[in-house]
Amino acid sequence: MAKKTIILDSAGVQRALTRIAHEILEYNKGVENLVLVGIRTGGDHLAAVLQKKVEDIEGAAISLGALDISMYRDDIASRTDIEVGKTDISFPLDGKKVVLVDDVLYTGRTIRAAMGALMDLGRPKNIQLAVLIDRGHRELPIRPDYIGRNVPTAREEKIEVVFDEDLCPVEVQLNKPQ
Amino acid sequence: MSSFRHKHLLGIEYLSREDIELILDTADSFKEINTREIKKVPTLRGRTIINLFYEASTRTRTSFEIAGKRLSADTINISASASSVAKGETLEDTARNIEAMRPDIIVMRHGASGSPHYLAKRLDCSIINAGDGAHEHPSQALLDMMTIREHKGTLEGLTVAIVGDIAHSRVARSNLYGLVKMGARVRLAAPGTMMPPGIERLGAELYHDMNEAIRDADVVMMLRIQMERQGNTMLPTLREYARYYGLNPENLKLAKKDALVMHPGPVNRGVELSSVVADGAQNVILDQVENGVAVRMALLYLVSGGEKSEE
Repeated sequence: MAKKTIILDSAGVQRALTRIAHEILEYNKGVENLVLVGIRTGGDHLAAVLQKKVEDIEGAAISLGALDISMYRDDIASRTDIEVGKTDISFPLDGKKVVLVDDVLYTGRTIRAAMGALMDLGRPKNIQLAVLIDRGHRELPIRPDYIGRNVPTAREEKIEVVFDEDLCPVEVQLNKPQ
Repeated sequence: MSSFRHKHLLGIEYLSREDIELILDTADSFKEINTREIKKVPTLRGRTIINLFYEASTRTRTSFEIAGKRLSADTINISASASSVAKGETLEDTARNIEAMRPDIIVMRHGASGSPHYLAKRLDCSIINAGDGAHEHPSQALLDMMTIREHKGTLEGLTVAIVGDIAHSRVARSNLYGLVKMGARVRLAAPGTMMPPGIERLGAELYHDMNEAIRDADVVMMLRIQMERQGNTMLPTLREYARYYGLNPENLKLAKKDALVMHPGPVNRGVELSSVVADGAQNVILDQVENGVAVRMALLYLVSGGEKSEE
């Protein structure tokens, strides 16, 4: 059995996402040419929460897309879970400021794959990165622009963002193997 | 978590219902790439795929080639007429020579049933059957099932009538295996000379009267009369065949109003399909072709994944 610690409860997740929404708006000076793209699965649900918060704060609509990166991963030969999800980005990315949203940032390989996937879909003006948890252990030169919480971890630990049936974030767990 | 443990794709016979569902779901995801401006993802970058075709094929070979290229694999075509096959080399020698060039996947079509199985036992790379004799044509059946599922939402409980030269049709055999596994009812209709004895053991209902077979069907799948193969010996005349086993606007009314009309192509207009039906609103023939690329991308992708059993 793994030992479970709750790092962020529901209110904590909401506060972190509210702050990130404000930071995104402040840095980009509004929502003009700005879009949110969540990485499946986890990041897409968080991006939907961020969309609502940004729209509530700014009173203007912001487009939301979901990106599946399994086709862009570099470890197909060693992977057994080989399911491919759907990418759903119904707006052009050319010239857009794209905020990529993921739940947990770890090695950075997912983000590298996601950037490759975005570039194949268009030519964004820039790509920014928002993550709920940064757990360290980067293997690539990737740095997030917006961070919910920095959580120093050991490699054997696991971080899980738990969602309820309506895909709202419930809590963030740190699981230590015993 | 879904895993695909097959190293080779030799036939629908060897797949489970879960395998088929995973292939169709994966193909659904890959389909979106084909509508993009940049129709390429790096998934199989650095992999080499050889299309080894001992029989003429435009559609299937092109479809596999496009599928490989859209996944960034290097695809090379070898056709029998242009190669050492014409110089008398045996299948095994040809395959060993190709293998020495280290391909990751060989996509193979051959006139002899079981030849992909023969190579799968002898070579290290993955083998995908693109049609072996009158045995199986798994990628065709998968694209057919994908097209039906797309239009009908499910395969479970549907009635599918397959009409034509069942005896020589690998398309019919693969579809029969697949559709039965997915919970559909399969009716086969053919003249006596074209109905293989014993096929009902695979779970089909047999008909000699085509009209009875297509009555209230959800899907009518017409097979091509292979004029280059048995046009002369199995049939009195093509006109007579068209009269009893051709689909036309009149007998199509016997099927359900929203029945799909399918055909693996190329269509012999005026023989198995009247031109009106071939161009009619119920036909999904071009959807089949479009889905063919997505299904083949899914197959190339899934056989490339980790943790394979040798079967």
